Amino acid sequence: MEQQKGGIYRYGMVIDLDKCTGCGTCMIACAAENNVSVRPDQTDKERTITWMKLYKITNGKEFPHTEVSYFPRPCMHCDEDGRGHHQPSCVSVCVATATKIDHNTGIVSQIYTRCIGCRYCQAACPYGARYFNWWDTYFPKGKGLERYLSPEISPRMRGVVEKCTFCHHRLMRAKTQAYAEDRTDIEEHEYTTACAEACPAQAITFGDLNNPEHKVSQLIKSPYAFRLLERLNTKPKVYYLSTKDWVRKMADNYLPGEFKPVTKVTG
Amino acid sequence: MDSPLLPEGVKRCSTTTFLFWTLPWLALLAWGGLSAFLCLWKGLNQTNMSNVFAFALWIVFDLAIIALGAGAFFTGFLTYIIGKGELKNVINAAVIIGFICYSGAMGMLGIDIGQPIRGWFIFWHANIHSMLVEVSFCITCYLMVLGIEFIPLILRNRQLDKIRGLHIFGHSLHEIMAVFAATGTFLSFFHQGSLGGMFGVLYARPFAARDGFYIWPWTFFLFILSAIAAGPCFTILCTKLTEKITRKKLVPDNAIQLLAKISAWLLSIYLVLKIADTLGWIYGVVPRAGLKFIDFYREGPYGIWLVVCEIVIFGIIPAIILLIPKARRHQGWLITACLLNCTGIVLNRFVFIIVTLAIPVMPFDRFWSYLPTWQEWGIAMAVIGYGFLLFSTAYRYLPVFPQERELNPATE
Repeated sequence: MEQQKGGIYRYGMVIDLDKCTGCGTCMIACAAENNVSVRPDQTDKERTITWMKLYKITNGKEFPHTEVSYFPRPCMHCDEDGRGHHQPSCVSVCVATATKIDHNTGIVSQIYTRCIGCRYCQAACPYGARYFNWWDTYFPKGKGLERYLSPEISPRMRGVVEKCTFCHHRLMRAKTQAYAEDRTDIEEHEYTTACAEACPAQAITFGDLNNPEHKVSQLIKSPYAFRLLERLNTKPKVYYLSTKDWVRKMADNYLPGEFKPVTKVTG
Repeated sequence: MDSPLLPEGVKRCSTTTFLFWTLPWLALLAWGGLSAFLCLWKGLNQTNMSNVFAFALWIVFDLAIIALGAGAFFTGFLTYIIGKGELKNVINAAVIIGFICYSGAMGMLGIDIGQPIRGWFIFWHANIHSMLVEVSFCITCYLMVLGIEFIPLILRNRQLDKIRGLHIFGHSLHEIMAVFAATGTFLSFFHQGSLGGMFGVLYARPFAARDGFYIWPWTFFLFILSAIAAGPCFTILCTKLTEKITRKKLVPDNAIQLLAKISAWLLSIYLVLKIADTLGWIYGVVPRAGLKFIDFYREGPYGIWLVVCEIVIFGIIPAIILLIPKARRHQGWLITACLLNCTGIVLNRFVFIIVTLAIPVMPFDRFWSYLPTWQEWGIAMAVIGYGFLLFSTAYRYLPVFPQERELNPATE
């Protein structure tokens, strides 16, 4: 397919934590969309696979001042490795070039059939967004789960690493549709992730961060916008919004006096 | 029974005694074999590794034995390139130890990867930006070099040496050993460094991340230095253990003392740079990430004691002992210092692997603990069993220690 008009895209996500209720629909939608394998017993949280993981955080105060917020955490699809090199830390360390960043879309992909399962990428990722297949793929038979498997997504074999792909197959689908209709570009609504589509509170917005007309590129200009562990300079393409100072503060590490609360909001 | 195979003019225990001696090591190998089979058949779920502890006991073992095995290339470098003739009395032992360490590490890595059949992808789809690629290439090549260095010694077995072709081949290989020693030194410098680089380039994990020079984080240089400081001490320990078990003097004191002295100076230089690196990390990398030094030592059992042990107890103390000629000439102090030095390097590798992964990076993530399963211990112990078995067999059938006859005249 020819290069789309507009050239370089930078797909990204904005998650409004003030809207997130912690319902977990994004996790379920992600797992169902991407044929994420399950275990008969999912309680071993160190070894289960959750491309989209939901963290619950609190402000640590006693009742009645307790506040709770939820942090959905997909792969951050980082642009850099933290030292200014234009590839994420997981990509630069991968021994067999099994994970790559597409500089035309900004999406960090995982090539399952090339991954040797050394897990160096997991060690490199500070967000814990990469998951190793400790067991053979398993979808409980007789419970109908196998009927939900998507033919667009290859299931992963034991011994390889997998992670969120920003539902890359949906981008492929949208591009194919555009090509069939003799279009060179795809519209904002044509490509979105399963988690963004499923969120009942519409807390997740997805789009091209480089396109000023896309909602995400406007949302990230908010004074309440921030990224997870921004000081590590990995340049994630997942942004968060929260009007709560304590939530924004909890997204990164600060030495005393370093955190600056949002004081003036215009527009 | 096997007396025609034994080196000439030296005393060895009876075949039965030797077979009894091998039993515990064979048992360890059997334990490892069962563990390896389970891991390959059922997968890495047989371990307690997880998405948090992507690297665990095996990688600690790998890095530790590769560092301890550095005595091979470094002694080769000192013997053949620098021309320290007295080390010819210990070079064979150093090469065998190196071969055991590197082949053991390669075997463990083969089980540690999730898709062992795809191991060759490292070479076919190599990512030149990955430190692990450099490690893999150099270790593979160096293991071949170690094999080549080992061959002349194998060919000096009494029966093999009688075969004229093999004798000439072995002798010719020995003549050009300086070339392989130089190649081994080059390869080893790079993979020891890259093993350090592997962790220093984890820029998004402030505990491991380091600044550095050009593409190499400081850990690159520190891992080389610590390996060549500890490797000779491990060679000394193995030699002394062999002397203790065989109740013979096998290596002249001047060779041991030279290794201990070189180790002392290298360890001292390493410690100065390690302290400088730690200070640079405390005042550079750590505050840049919005953290304080103490923030890394609050979780689980990993407290400040790690730093104290690594730098003072297992660093400065053995360095001082080894630097004092009178102390290093004393058998007890020498062995104590070597043990402390080797423990220090194992602790250093442990810290860079396990503690790096144990400390959560996201402020709201929790601390996870890890304990290896019996399968993980089985494979690690198998490497020890393999080491004892190979070294004992080599000692029994090959002239590993050239001065053995001269140092033990009563046995003639």
